[in-house]
Amino acid sequence: MKTNKQKLTIAVTGLNAIDSPGPGVAVIRGLLEAKSFDCRIIGLAYESLEPGIYMHDLIEKTYHIPYPSAGIEALYNRLMQIHEKEKLDVVIPNFDAELYSFIKLSDKLKAQGIHSFLPTIEQFEARQKINLPEFGKKYDIHVPRSKAIYTTNEIYSLEQDYNWPLVIKGKYYDASLAYNMDQAKTAFNKISAKWGLPIIVQEFIHGTEYNVTGLGDGFGNTIAAVPMRKQYITDKGKAWGGITITDENALDLTSHFLKSTKWRGAFELELMKNKTGEYFLLEINPRIPAWIYLAVGVGQNIPEALTSLAMGWPTEAFKHYEAGKMFIRFAWDMIVDLSEFQQISTYGEL
Amino acid sequence: MKIRNNIAVSDNGFVFNPASGESFTVNQVGLDILNMLRKGEKQEAIVQELSKKYQADTVMIERDLLDFEAMVKQYHLHQNED
Repeated sequence: MKTNKQKLTIAVTGLNAIDSPGPGVAVIRGLLEAKSFDCRIIGLAYESLEPGIYMHDLIEKTYHIPYPSAGIEALYNRLMQIHEKEKLDVVIPNFDAELYSFIKLSDKLKAQGIHSFLPTIEQFEARQKINLPEFGKKYDIHVPRSKAIYTTNEIYSLEQDYNWPLVIKGKYYDASLAYNMDQAKTAFNKISAKWGLPIIVQEFIHGTEYNVTGLGDGFGNTIAAVPMRKQYITDKGKAWGGITITDENALDLTSHFLKSTKWRGAFELELMKNKTGEYFLLEINPRIPAWIYLAVGVGQNIPEALTSLAMGWPTEAFKHYEAGKMFIRFAWDMIVDLSEFQQISTYGEL
Repeated sequence: MKIRNNIAVSDNGFVFNPASGESFTVNQVGLDILNMLRKGEKQEAIVQELSKKYQADTVMIERDLLDFEAMVKQYHLHQNED
């Protein structure tokens, strides 16, 4: 069927639809269901075994891109090679670790016709776990007390101020609950070996975890906001099932966050509600979360709205969503021909 | 005690709180109580109605009703009566 809608070529990262999934595949599902444009999807992958690469009904073609450690220039050069062949209109990066490079490159990419809609570098830095206490103070948002530490000895001094258990967090990923000094030291060593220093030690808030995903237009307005309660959590702390809720306090906090920070782009707020009903902001993820398809399913197609903002099109704010809708994730084995694996491994494209 | 307006109660005893995302199941007696509370029935009337329907002692029903109401409060399904 022919339509008059504009056809966009959109590059998406985060195709690792594994047990701790990247958001890419869910983002793509949202994009393919967009009503305001048609699109073809180009996958951007770091590893040859990212499942999205082989989902040909969702992704037309996938290219390897260099790891963030290779530097911004290497990423730019690779994106230009891909752009030459595919004529990209929009790029949607979905990993925390790659966001810095994409934000830094956004003007250069836009000059080449590749649009994105990302937080500013200041917003990106301000919400880093290390800066969260300052962030909470500045914007009048409750955050758990935390401290960045560089040696295990520093945990002893925290014992006086904080009660056990403590949350031991890596600066980008990973978190572990420690009930005593031995566990805290083990977690410190394990996480620092993987993600480097500092390690963030955070007070543990007892309560119920809620998440809100949404989209800010960069002027303080809420374009989208959908709160969710995790119903089934994996051993890696990821939601394997969740349900949309109508919690007004979570929505008010989201609106306050967007208004006061003038957040630009998609985000996920991780909130903890304690027994007295107080909300604590545990983390701000500066990107679309892996459960984004739930938001699409309840009436707020955030990947579509983000693309529209990236293109500079007038984008209306979503006003409603359906509460009480659930998502349940599932694992699915795909049968893949060796030649496909060989193709992406050898040539860096499939 | 009044049940909050947004609490969804299905005919088969599935109770959903859309504000918190919590869900519960209640048996037929629990469902009867919830439905009566939603209608704004007073405690005495509920006890009488249940006693008639289940042919049980009113003292026992009153005690169970109080237990049930305590649980309703614990899970924040009730309206705060200011």
